[in-house]
Amino acid sequence: MGQWPGLVTTDDTLPATLTERIALPIPGPALSARIEPNVTAPELIRNFCIIAHIDHGKSTLADRMLQLTGVVEPRAMRAQYLDRMDIERERGITIKSQAVRMPWQLGDQAHALNMIDTPGHVDFTYEVSRSLAACEGAVLLVDAAQGIEAQTLANLYLAMENDLEIIPVLNKIDLPAAQPEKYAEELANLVGGDPDDVLKVSGKTGAGVEALLDRIVERIPAPVGDADAPARAMIFDSVYDTYRGVVTYVRVIDGSLSPRERIVMMSTRATHELLEIGVISPDPIVTKGLGVGEVGYLITGVKDVRQSKVGDTVTNAGKPATESLGGYSEPKPMVFSGLYPVDGSDYPALRDALDKLKLNDAALNYEPETSVALGFGFRVGFLGLLHLEIVRERLEREFDLDLISTAPNVVYDVTLDDGTEVKVTNPSEFPGGKIKEVREPVVRATILAPSEFVGTVMGLCNDRRGQMDGMDYLSEDRVELRFTLPLAEIVFDFFDQLKSRTRGYASLDYEPQGDQAADLVKVDILLQGDQVDAFSAIVHREKAYDYGVMMTAKLKEIIPRQQFEVPIQAAVGARVIARETVRAMRKDVLAKCYGGDISRKRKLLEKQKEGKKRMKNIGSVEVPKDAFIAALSSDSGGGKDAKDKKK
Amino acid sequence: MPALPEGTAVPDDGTLPFARVGSVALRQAQEPRPFGVYVHVPFCSVRCGYCDFNTYTASELGGGANQAAYATTALREVDLAARVLDDAGLGSRPVSTVFFGGGTPTMLPAADLARILRGVDDAWGLAPGGEVTTEANPDSVTPESLRVLADAGFTRVSFGMQSAVPHVLATLERTHDPRRVPDAVAWARDAGLDVSLDLIYGTPGESLDDWRASLEAVLATGVDHVSAYALVVEPGTKMHAQVRRGELALPDEDDQAAKYELADELLTEAGLGWYEVSNWARGPEHACRHNLAYWRGDDWWGIGPGAHSYVAAPSAEPVEAAHADPAGVRWWNVKHPRRYATLLESGSSPGAGRELLTPAEAQLERVLLGVRVREGLEVDALDRSRRAAVAGLVARGLLDGVAAVRGRVVLTRQGRLLADAVVRELTP
Repeated sequence: MGQWPGLVTTDDTLPATLTERIALPIPGPALSARIEPNVTAPELIRNFCIIAHIDHGKSTLADRMLQLTGVVEPRAMRAQYLDRMDIERERGITIKSQAVRMPWQLGDQAHALNMIDTPGHVDFTYEVSRSLAACEGAVLLVDAAQGIEAQTLANLYLAMENDLEIIPVLNKIDLPAAQPEKYAEELANLVGGDPDDVLKVSGKTGAGVEALLDRIVERIPAPVGDADAPARAMIFDSVYDTYRGVVTYVRVIDGSLSPRERIVMMSTRATHELLEIGVISPDPIVTKGLGVGEVGYLITGVKDVRQSKVGDTVTNAGKPATESLGGYSEPKPMVFSGLYPVDGSDYPALRDALDKLKLNDAALNYEPETSVALGFGFRVGFLGLLHLEIVRERLEREFDLDLISTAPNVVYDVTLDDGTEVKVTNPSEFPGGKIKEVREPVVRATILAPSEFVGTVMGLCNDRRGQMDGMDYLSEDRVELRFTLPLAEIVFDFFDQLKSRTRGYASLDYEPQGDQAADLVKVDILLQGDQVDAFSAIVHREKAYDYGVMMTAKLKEIIPRQQFEVPIQAAVGARVIARETVRAMRKDVLAKCYGGDISRKRKLLEKQKEGKKRMKNIGSVEVPKDAFIAALSSDSGGGKDAKDKKK
Repeated sequence: MPALPEGTAVPDDGTLPFARVGSVALRQAQEPRPFGVYVHVPFCSVRCGYCDFNTYTASELGGGANQAAYATTALREVDLAARVLDDAGLGSRPVSTVFFGGGTPTMLPAADLARILRGVDDAWGLAPGGEVTTEANPDSVTPESLRVLADAGFTRVSFGMQSAVPHVLATLERTHDPRRVPDAVAWARDAGLDVSLDLIYGTPGESLDDWRASLEAVLATGVDHVSAYALVVEPGTKMHAQVRRGELALPDEDDQAAKYELADELLTEAGLGWYEVSNWARGPEHACRHNLAYWRGDDWWGIGPGAHSYVAAPSAEPVEAAHADPAGVRWWNVKHPRRYATLLESGSSPGAGRELLTPAEAQLERVLLGVRVREGLEVDALDRSRRAAVAGLVARGLLDGVAAVRGRVVLTRQGRLLADAVVRELTP
């Protein structure tokens, strides 16, 4: 099965005539019968995933595999078939993973290849880990013009920890800027082996993809399991579908699952009837069941993804397994932000929208909260900044809501002198009084950067209370730096700073690494003595002054002059650490008002009164809502950070 | 002058939007509302950098818009006005005040101004003791021209002095010699005219001392009336472009506030009390009655291109079908003198557009105009829901407490500087 002789196309889809003319190693009817779902011997199954950085061409490569294995007709090909939601297509990232079954013949044997699509972002590490746990091997896909990125590296380590067979592949070799030799060397250094072993493909043209499929069959071990044991299947994804309810994706480890039987979710002991079971290829195909090593989907009629949790073990109610597969954990929100409708009357619409999103997002949680400054809204917990940005964008786009989001913050565990413990998800609720200890979450961050920026990166991490854990050269000019950093520091415009100080060359990945005690204080912002809850922040004691000066200066710029002087203060407890003053407005009158001015003057007045409705009152100070949005959106780190990450 | 407001069309014959059925006799039986006439003269010798009025420096704009023919053209509108008001049953009112504004009315020969005034008198009759004012540039008058005006029935002249400080006048692009102002004032008083001086404060580059010098120069002339306006940089003016290009600094509002306070102090000390936010007079008899009529919501007809007119609904009495009448009508003429002349020559109204005020709009105007004057406004005239705001405004020092106790809304000095904010609080 060779390469595509002389085939170069810039089109996203392959010319139909070519795929039809060239004999592809797709099994014929006789061989195919041996790889029917439910009856496929585990030896003939290969379960793999693709680990890649955003934009390194994972989806395009997946598309090409679907085409070459005959699963999707070229004419029906929609670019990036696997990315379902519009928003995913637009951002070029994959939020929800799915699994596709593809036939492939090597020698005289047909095989069933299950490609499990993994999310590619730092916020979804847990989902990635479950996807990896469903596989025996992983394709490590790296852009031949860019080399490996921090996030890919982190997922690669995760795959290695899971003992997966790694197949290193360089993609986009058709690009003029590609440096396959250089990066093959880098990959070989990382995964071991010879640089010549690194496959070189182009998802765009299809070059090298057949060889990759062969390599998958050759190198990736077949799944092993006990066919006679009680059924155990791991949930690696669960998706809400408007028509079908929750569709649960599983990998069977032991035993088998069949339609109409009752199943048990081992973490909750909840039982459901299996209404439908099948595989995706790439549309759902109903089957008579799923056996050892197989990957497919279940439908039980439940309506909320929380009833079908990623990482949970599914077993048979009649003949239940005694031990779950392990590795399950509840999704834990790491970053919190207040979401408020710009127009207060949209509050019920926001609540309904969150309720709907929650059906498909097990990690999303929220509670109503009230802000003096912003009115009624919700405190929402997210896996990370990108998760926050995606949710916010879906709320605005799919539900047509205008939202204000407060600066993202992390969760603090506060222990008071009397031993009471308080979990703080909203800075304005940080307890006053005697505090014994405050603990904040920390992460293990991996930063890849050209070696010339090592000093810069170290400086930034040092400013952000980072501790260096180690440093390695990936190649002559690329360095991997590892730090332990407070998550709060990352949440606050870290990525923007990293990007701008390294001219966009550095990449970042991080994963939770427990917590640490820290000398943290709450800085409140007061307008004319009244606390503005939306601007409270928890910062390290040494940074409190800087934050206070920055915030008061910013507010001074955006708060219009009132009829009286408005002091803007930053305070830690009762101690004022920074102060600005918006001077009183001394003149608000049109000097001239004669016959020809009256209509204009009245209309101006009517307009001003209309404008007043867009004001929020903080005590007696009128602040335009736009000013709040301006103060909260810039430097908050959330939006920009996540948006840049797709680049 | 700023762009004309948006409005609906004015009927060709200029008819007012008030019901006529059975109403004329009744209206005539009532005490007539005061009625004033404004005459716009759209000519200047040069255009000043800050000016956004409807004025032209060419003497030949063509046909009836030429300076030489302007009096004849304006008189055509006087005829039209007389007919329209008569038709509405509002024709039998003598004219209480006439005001010639501009532009520079004294660009026209005094005899032409006199002719227009005579036309107004012929149409309605000037009320006994009526006030007749003209604006003038100190450069554009002589002892003789002022005497001609006085003889023709003018009682008052308002000079655009703006400043006594040469560098301020230069920034404003005023061409007159400040030393000429005392002479012009003396000539006008010799001719028996009441005199007002206009000042502008807050010009870029004007110091507080410059402003004090201008005020002292005004007081040295002994005039009985002063108007002082904060400079506003209006879009479309040359000065606006200079500010945008960074050649001039935008006037600073704090600086203007300080200058207002200084003016109010010095003028009050000298015996000129405020009677409107930007106007001071040595006693009520020297106040400009024409301008007071605007702030009191009286009727007036504006003659000339771009001029505005206002007529309130003729009667609050239960005239049949009158409940469908608007509370008042305001209209404005076409801006360009050429178009203005052509319309009048063809017998059409020069009105470009008009607005029919709803009772709520009329009420809003009543408040926004009423608070500007010293006599103020009755608390009872406020919307019921806003009367409670008066106490708060008194507490904040923006309204006069004694007046409030007596049931009137009167601004303090600080309140005058924040008059627009006060109005916003006093209207629903």
